[in-house]
Amino acid sequence: MDIHEYQAKKILSNFGVTIPRGGIVYSPENAENKAREIGGSRWVVKAQIHSGARGKAGGIIVCNTPLEVAQATDKLLGKKLVTNQTGPEGKIVNRIYIEEATDIEKELYLGLVFDRSSESIMVVASTEGGMSVEEISKEKPETIIRSKIEVAVGMQNFQARELAFGLGIEPDLIRRASDTIIGCYKAFSELDATMVEVNPLVISKQKQILALDCKMSFDNNAMFRRSQVSELRDKTQEDSKEIFASDRGLNYVSLDGNIGNIINGAGLAMASMDMIKLAGGAPANFLDVGGGATPEKIVKAFKLVTMDEKVKVILVNIFAGINRCDWVAEGIVDALKKIEIKVPLVIRLAGTNVEKGNKILKESKINYIEANTLEDAANKAVAALNK
Amino acid sequence: MTVLVDKNSKIIIQGFTGKMGSFHADEMIKYGSNVVGGVTPGKGGSKHLDLPVFNTVKDAVNETGADASILFVPPAFAADSAMEAADAGIKICVAIVDGIPSHDMIRIKRYMRRYTKSSKMTLVGPNCAGIISPGKSMLGIMPGHIYKEGRVGIISRSGTLGYEAAQQLKNLNIGVSTSVGIGGDPINGSSFRDIIEKFETDEETDAILMIGEIGGPQEVAAGEFAKENMKKPVIAYIAGLTAPKGRVMGHAGAIVSAYGESAIEKVEILKECGITISKNPSVMGDTVKSVLEKM
Repeated sequence: MDIHEYQAKKILSNFGVTIPRGGIVYSPENAENKAREIGGSRWVVKAQIHSGARGKAGGIIVCNTPLEVAQATDKLLGKKLVTNQTGPEGKIVNRIYIEEATDIEKELYLGLVFDRSSESIMVVASTEGGMSVEEISKEKPETIIRSKIEVAVGMQNFQARELAFGLGIEPDLIRRASDTIIGCYKAFSELDATMVEVNPLVISKQKQILALDCKMSFDNNAMFRRSQVSELRDKTQEDSKEIFASDRGLNYVSLDGNIGNIINGAGLAMASMDMIKLAGGAPANFLDVGGGATPEKIVKAFKLVTMDEKVKVILVNIFAGINRCDWVAEGIVDALKKIEIKVPLVIRLAGTNVEKGNKILKESKINYIEANTLEDAANKAVAALNK
Repeated sequence: MTVLVDKNSKIIIQGFTGKMGSFHADEMIKYGSNVVGGVTPGKGGSKHLDLPVFNTVKDAVNETGADASILFVPPAFAADSAMEAADAGIKICVAIVDGIPSHDMIRIKRYMRRYTKSSKMTLVGPNCAGIISPGKSMLGIMPGHIYKEGRVGIISRSGTLGYEAAQQLKNLNIGVSTSVGIGGDPINGSSFRDIIEKFETDEETDAILMIGEIGGPQEVAAGEFAKENMKKPVIAYIAGLTAPKGRVMGHAGAIVSAYGESAIEKVEILKECGITISKNPSVMGDTVKSVLEKM
C-alpha cells in the first residue's frame, strides 16, 4: 500500500526526522490562509498523487505570494497528472500540500528497502539526490553507498554515522544526519513498511537537514496490525477495477491487451499470459482467483473481466486440485446464468475430474470454445479474436 | 526424498481443528501420509478425526514422536507457530498460509539461527502448496493423484503451475521423486538453492525441474549454485515474460525491482549457468523428457 508525500512526512517527523513547515489543503481559499499561517516569503505548492516525478509533470509550483499559492492550488486541484509512473490515464489531484520553500545547499538520496538476498533491511544513500535511484545507479553508480541492517538488533549508531560520513556531511551535522537515518529505519521497521525513500534529503543554507520529498509503501499483509497506517489508504489513487478485485479477494492487474483472463494461481496466470503473447495476442489483465477457485470467486471474476470494455475474448484456465473440475464447471455455468458474455469464451479445465467438468460444460448449452492444454487455450483465444 | 518426507515421517497438523486444517488433514490421511495428531491450543486432550489433539507442539512431539508439521493457522499467528515447531524439535515444517507479513518472516529466520545446522528445522513456504513424495507421503494441499511415482524432482514457487508440470510429466509417462512448493512470498523459509542442494544428494532423483517467476534473486542464486556444484541436470521455466515492471503479479514476491529479476534476464543468466530452459510453460514436460533421453 502506498501513501501520499504529506502522510509519509508526518510519519517520519514522528520518528525525529525534520521536515519543512507545511499543511494540507483541499481548496484554493484554504491554500491562501495556509500559506499565511505557515509564514515566510516563498512557498511550494505540491500536488498529492501516488507517483514520483511530479515536478516534470507540472505538479509542483513555487510561489511568491499567498495569492499565487491560491492560484496554483486552483490550477492543480481536480486535474489529472500524467507522470512517467502513472500510465497514460494519469492520477487525479484531490489534495494539495503547501510547504515553506527551502534554501537548498545540497541534495542527497536516502532509501530503505528489503534486501531479498540477505533477508535484511538495506539502506541505500547517495550524494546525488533529486534524481531517481534508477538514474543514479545508471549514471553515478560510484556515489551509491549501502548498509545492511541486522533486523534482530536494529540499526546501530555507527552504521548511521558511517553513512553520514560517506555522504560527505560536515562534522557539525553528523549527529543530526545520523538521527535522521535512524528515524527512517525505525519508521520502516516499526510500521511494517516495505519502502521508505527520502529524495531529496537536503542540507539547507541554514544548516538544517530536511526531508524535502518522501515516499513510503507498506506490507498489505501486515495491515491487520497497522490500523493507523491502513486508514491512510486513498482509493482515488488506485485503479477502480483493482479496488473491485482486492475488495473481493481477487488478485488483479489491469494490462493493455484485449484477451481477458480468469485463472487460478499467480504462477499459472503469468504462464497463461506468456502463452497468449507467444500465440500473437496480448492479455487485458492478470487475474488470479486463488488456488482454490471457488464458484463464488469465479462469478466475481466474470463480473470484473466483463467490466473491462477493451476485452474482446475471455480465456478461463483452471487447474483444479482439491476443488475438482466438476465443481468449477458448475461455478462457470452458474456465473454465466448471472452475467451475459458478449465476446467469445475459451475454457480450459485440467486436473481432478476433468472429464466430468467438460461434460457439465457441454451439457449446459453455454456458448464456449473448449481447449485442452495451455497452448491450445492460448491459440484458440487468439484465433477467436481474429474471427 | 527422505531428507524432507517419506513413509515414516510422523506428521502433526498445527491449526488441526479449524476448517482448513481438518479438510487437508483428511486429504493427507487418504493419500497415505502418516498423520499422528494435531495441535490446537486449548483443545488438548480431545480427539479430532480419531487422532489426539495437543495444546502445544512440544506435547505433541513428546507423545507421538512427530518430526513433521504443517501449518493451517491464520497469518497473524503463523510466525509464532513456526517458531514453536522449530523449538519443539520438528525437522520439517510446511507453512501453507498466505499473508504472513514480511517482517514476521525475517523474524522467524533470525530466530532459527539459534540452532546448529544439524538441529535446525527446514521451513518450507509460506504461501505454498507443500511437499509430496508420490507414493510415500504428502505434506501439502496438492491433488495427489496427478503425481506419478518416478525420478524427477520439482521445485516451484507457484502451486498450480507446479500441478501443470506434474500433469505434463504424467502424460509423458514420467514420474516425480518429490515436488516442493517453496511459495510466492518475497521472503520464504527455503529458497530454490536450499532445495536444489537437497535434490543433488537425493538418491531417488535424477533430474530437477525448477519453476520460477519474475522478482527476487533466488532463481539466479540456484543457477549459480548448480553451475558450481551440481552434476544432475536442471531444467527451468520462468513465468512472467509479459509481466509489466514494478507491478506485483498476484504473489507478493512477484515484482521486478532490480536487474536480473525480470523473466528474460533470469532466463539469460540461467542459460549461462548451463541450465536447460523450457521456452514456454506448455513444454515443461517435453523439455524434461528430452534432457532425460540424453542422460
